[in-house]
Amino acid sequence: MPLPESRPDAAAPLVALRDVHLAFGRNAVLKGINLEVRRGQAVSIIGPSGSGKSTILRCITGLLKPHSGEIFLDGIDVRALKSERELIDLRKRVGFVFQQYNLFPHLTVLENLVIAPTRILGRDAAAARREAHALLDRVKLSGKAAAYPGELSGGQQQRVAIARALAMQPELILFDEVTSALDPETVGEVLTVIRELVQDGMTCVLVTHEMRFAEEVSDEVYFTEAGLIVERGAAHKIFSDPDSERTRSFLTRAVNGESDGRRQARNSFSPITFDRLKFSI
Amino acid sequence: MADSMDGAYAGNAPLLPQAGWRRPAWVLAALLVVLALSQWPALRQAPLAKHLLTWSPALLLGMLANIQISVLAMLIGTLAGLVIGALQLSGLRVVRVLTHCYVQTFRNAPMLILIYFSTYVFPFEIHVGAHYVAFPDWLKVTLGLALPASANVAEIFRGAILSIPAAQWEAASSLAFRRTQLLRWIILPQCLRRMLPPWMNLYAGITMGTALASLVGVHDLLDTAQIASTTVNRVDFTVAIYFTTLLLFFVYCYPISRYTHYLERKYAFT
Repeated sequence: MPLPESRPDAAAPLVALRDVHLAFGRNAVLKGINLEVRRGQAVSIIGPSGSGKSTILRCITGLLKPHSGEIFLDGIDVRALKSERELIDLRKRVGFVFQQYNLFPHLTVLENLVIAPTRILGRDAAAARREAHALLDRVKLSGKAAAYPGELSGGQQQRVAIARALAMQPELILFDEVTSALDPETVGEVLTVIRELVQDGMTCVLVTHEMRFAEEVSDEVYFTEAGLIVERGAAHKIFSDPDSERTRSFLTRAVNGESDGRRQARNSFSPITFDRLKFSI
Repeated sequence: MADSMDGAYAGNAPLLPQAGWRRPAWVLAALLVVLALSQWPALRQAPLAKHLLTWSPALLLGMLANIQISVLAMLIGTLAGLVIGALQLSGLRVVRVLTHCYVQTFRNAPMLILIYFSTYVFPFEIHVGAHYVAFPDWLKVTLGLALPASANVAEIFRGAILSIPAAQWEAASSLAFRRTQLLRWIILPQCLRRMLPPWMNLYAGITMGTALASLVGVHDLLDTAQIASTTVNRVDFTVAIYFTTLLLFFVYCYPISRYTHYLERKYAFT
């Protein structure tokens, strides 16, 4: 099914959420989210854990369906997409990078990058491989094409995951706490890749706990808490002079305690490491 | 990450037994050799050796019957089991309940009873048009063994699919995979690796179960051994022939179990 022609109207947002509500059972996760992302913009969503940040990303790409509200991606009403086909057409345009990388463990790095373009988009295998090698160069992993994900470090896997999303040539990439599972030493290499993407003009939505990085790369920052957008604004404004007292106290703690937060993130990751090992058995 | 992975390797390495003789299977093999050697004076006596030599082609033919039954039962069981295992994950509750009952019934039934069941429930010939097609006992036994095989394969398959983390489904969905493509390219390849070791274990179990075929009159290895034993009617020969029977099963099943073990270790780290 052909999607409506994308309009080159620069003023219209690429992504727009209006009053989005979502609950898991009786637990309300999103209580009226409004969000806009324009083409070429980098937008960060920050806020305490459990405030619904990752849920927002999953709603944008149709992995979760909100109960009320509107989600538009380039004018397409995401909530109205019923058939698998329509959702597939949407997801071809939206890349997603997960906290836990979620590479396919039975495929090599190169196969991870090539499988979706060839099987889903029907691209020529040789061209897809060439492109994949170029992407691996871009994320500085050209020597790892034949490796399996289990042989790579977390930072390397996450860069492969970014390359895998890029291989689909999306118009928008959603980053879901992509550095939270990483060792501090490898966070930098992943952030460098994202920074370059933003500089190249890729539209990005980042859910992140890396406050300094969010301040540096974002055009706009949203602060969420308990399923609501508490404050939105230009990055420098939010970080230097937020309107909301809530934002201010969160940022004070988050920026000052960044190393603490990092350590916490690592600790919270250890059970997941185990999970990942189990999964390869 | 890399460190933790390396740690896992290093931590697990000493657990892998380095000294082969510690393994129970090797002990059993050594025991068999010792027993055979202890019987050597008897074995050397010309009549016994001659009898064994005379009967060995029949024994091997009998073994072929066992292998034939086990392979066919496993083939039918696997095909049926994959279908039933997939149905166990069906969206329809009725289908799930029915397949669950099937799996639980045949997984928890003694093989011998299933063999009796299939032998006496099925007719000995089938009327197709004007022809009567014989329904031989060995085929009935095969079906009797295919029942538990299918139930076990279904369970292995269901377990393998459920063991793939939800994150893999989510990742593939976000890359615009359709459900069928996702199963074909992401889930099933990962399932196959996980299924192979338990599947081969099951095959070894079914092969050993084929020895029960002699109880319903199938001319297999054990049946041949019994005939040989009563025909020759010598105590030492009876002992020797049952040892040979044991050895033949061991020689067939042990490499399978070793290979399974190898696969388990191989896929543990990839």
